[in-house]
Amino acid sequence: MKEFAALFAALDATTSTKKKTDALLAYFQRAQPADAAWALYFLAGGKPRQTVPTGLLRTAAREAAGIPEWLFDESYDVVGDLAETIAHVLPPARATVDLPLHVWIEQRLLALRGRAPEEVSAALKGYWAELDTPGRFLLTKLIGGSFRVGVARNLVLRALSEASGVDAKLLAQRVMGYTDKTHSPDAARYALLIDPTIVDTPAESGQPYPFFLAHPLQSPVESLGARADWQVEWKWDGIRAQFIRRGAQSWLWSRGEDLLNGRFPELDAMHARLPDTCVLDGEVVVWRDARVQPFAELQKRIGRKTVTRKILAEQPVAFLAYDLLELEGVDLREQPQWQRRERLERVVEEAGEGPLQISPLVEAPDWPALAVLREQSRARGVEGFMLKQREGRYGAGRTKDVGTWWKWKIDPYSVDAVLVYAQGGHGRRANLYTDYTFAVWDGDGDARKLVPFAKAYSGLTDDEMRQVDQRIRQTTIEKFGPVRSVTPTLVVELGFEGIQASPRHKSGIAVRFPRMLRLRWDKPVDEADTLQVLRDFIAESAALRRAG
Amino acid sequence: MDPQSQDLVIARPEGLYCPPGDFYIDPWQPVGHALVTHAHGDHLRPGHGHYLTAEAGRHVVATRVGPVDLQTLPYGEVITHRGVRVSFHPAGHVLGSAQIRLEHAGRTWVVSGDYKTGPDATCAPFEPVRCDVFVTESTFGLPVFRWAPQQEVFDGIDAWWAANAAAGRASIVYAYSFGKAQRVLAGIDASIGPIVVHGAVATMDEAYRQSGVALPATRNVLEATPEELRRCLVVAPPSAQGSTWTRRFGDYSDAFASGWMLLRGARRRRNVDRGFILSDHADWPGLLEAITASGAPRVIVTHGYVEPLVRFLAEQGLESGAFKTEYGDDEDAKPPEEAAAAETS
Repeated sequence: MKEFAALFAALDATTSTKKKTDALLAYFQRAQPADAAWALYFLAGGKPRQTVPTGLLRTAAREAAGIPEWLFDESYDVVGDLAETIAHVLPPARATVDLPLHVWIEQRLLALRGRAPEEVSAALKGYWAELDTPGRFLLTKLIGGSFRVGVARNLVLRALSEASGVDAKLLAQRVMGYTDKTHSPDAARYALLIDPTIVDTPAESGQPYPFFLAHPLQSPVESLGARADWQVEWKWDGIRAQFIRRGAQSWLWSRGEDLLNGRFPELDAMHARLPDTCVLDGEVVVWRDARVQPFAELQKRIGRKTVTRKILAEQPVAFLAYDLLELEGVDLREQPQWQRRERLERVVEEAGEGPLQISPLVEAPDWPALAVLREQSRARGVEGFMLKQREGRYGAGRTKDVGTWWKWKIDPYSVDAVLVYAQGGHGRRANLYTDYTFAVWDGDGDARKLVPFAKAYSGLTDDEMRQVDQRIRQTTIEKFGPVRSVTPTLVVELGFEGIQASPRHKSGIAVRFPRMLRLRWDKPVDEADTLQVLRDFIAESAALRRAG
Repeated sequence: MDPQSQDLVIARPEGLYCPPGDFYIDPWQPVGHALVTHAHGDHLRPGHGHYLTAEAGRHVVATRVGPVDLQTLPYGEVITHRGVRVSFHPAGHVLGSAQIRLEHAGRTWVVSGDYKTGPDATCAPFEPVRCDVFVTESTFGLPVFRWAPQQEVFDGIDAWWAANAAAGRASIVYAYSFGKAQRVLAGIDASIGPIVVHGAVATMDEAYRQSGVALPATRNVLEATPEELRRCLVVAPPSAQGSTWTRRFGDYSDAFASGWMLLRGARRRRNVDRGFILSDHADWPGLLEAITASGAPRVIVTHGYVEPLVRFLAEQGLESGAFKTEYGDDEDAKPPEEAAAAETS
């Protein structure tokens, strides 16, 4: 546990890729397999479900520290992170004991789940008393289900590759699905993962391939060279997924490596129509009236435990396939994009009518013609174009060495909105006001008031964030716990990808991916945009959709 | 009669004021008579007619504020001014720092300025003084702030320095140039390698040495050979971070020494390789210990996390309140992001 806590602290403390890799390598070289199995699980993004409810964690910590609730809350507001607050507020450890990580997880942490609150509370206090501050912080993060570490998966794999002698790409393949919630890590699974003597056959299991990810196109599209070298598709706004059929079984994996089987029964049924072994890459979207529906429709299905007949009828989904990674047991990722596409088209055609559809190619003779077509993106309910190198191979993650995918997105909607509330950030941003609520004007004359409609916390540089933080401290009206209301003085240009009427929101509007584009220190608050501007966007997009 | 009018210290727009004595303590506006607890910029300001401070702080005060009408008083010695008995008692914060004890008509007040209860080789240790009213700081007045024994911190700095030196790179520690820098110099193991100090630190080191505080030998950056630059410890003020001054060390590792480094967010925003949790202010247990030791039934909080401490003390059955002051405005006393904002504005 100490070693992993030290590794976590080291990864947390540096932004240097080299230092992170060195720390990871040193850890994997020293760790026992049973511990490394868990360490890899957490580093690769695995999260055991929360074992203790947050309220119980707070109460136990407060009792152990012997402080009143309000003082714990004040401390939390300043620290900005619950596990960190708990780690510091507790009295110093009695005597630290160093049990192996897997013992902590398997015999202690997971064993807390479902036990009576008073037992959990007593156990927690005992555990905390055995650990130093970094150990307490880590344990509390793990228990609270909020463990997150600032290290890219590729970096973890590179270090593990160096420690084990297994090629990093092969490791990436083997690790797919490692963090899935259905089975837990152990020494045996880890040993298989890092065994350089095993020859990998196309996975017999249902593991997905590492997803190939696109880069945003920043330079003019003409810089990509000849139009003919590129395959162009619409960029869908859905859930990226791989559909895998191997014999009698099939799996649907999200890019976040969650197994989605059972969530979309209409897609599970694709199984029967596909070749015996194949892996499709594509997008899950809600498809109705022969067109893609806004992401908000798909959200109605995500997180729904039982799929009712009503939901199936109102939000039917389709799988828009755009790549074929494996067919009849052969890994196709080394083939050029155009060849994979040809074979994909045949597979989809043979599957016949149904929820499996091909993501169509966009036919336009040259870049200017494409630029004109791109203007229809909003009307079509898509985010712009995907540009895929025709000769490119299928890479792993955000790579560019064997081929490139570009996303050529449309410009976001934008409005000038007024900052009205602010909340402290977490982690690196703890102690700074970085999460903001924005409002626009509604009404006329004396009845004119600011209506909050969106929250945003990204898009600013560290310097800008500090300036805004300063302004918030100067203009605070009231504090409600971690939230401050401020005198409206600051206008910010907000960008967002989509907009919808929403009776659940007070403003009657929901926006998708709001973020800050520009601080408008120069702009008087009175001149910020109105709710009508937002309503017009909705009307406009509805009109476009009808026309489209 | 309004009981508050009996108070020996009240807050005025110019600073904390003693009505019967007609003098101020650490005033932030120019006044005739200023009693100064210590020489940090938010407590020692220019422009007063006459200054009175602890004898141990003579050189550091003179260095910070320049030629002024300065009178000093040894710790524990009493002078009487307009019937108020005034004495200075060690506060353990930095060299020359003092709690100011005032006694008049049977009442005793102590104004702490800034203080810490832990050890520090560069100044006299905090001395509890019994009083009726204790005026305290609360820079780190929340229970999350709890300092490790200072030797652990110095061991950490030594180990980091030794590892860097072995790898052939300099170790730059950013520390407030008055107080923290000297505490670091006095605490580390000088046998590990050569020590380079920034000009701002060297000036204060000189005042410390004049005052009889032993500090290891240091040099300025121009005196160090290229070979020495690759294994030296560098002590520089936080403002040197990212400046051209640090470039001459080539490949270096950097660290920040401050109580705020306890917070992960602050540490990461500082963007240094290491954060050493070393503060010249009392931690939460230290504040409570000092308040208890004063025996005062009434406590007034001046700066830092004021409301939580006031409320906590009230719940413990003490009479507690706050003074609105302009203290806590230096780099050391406020959270790093506010200090950074202050630097830019």
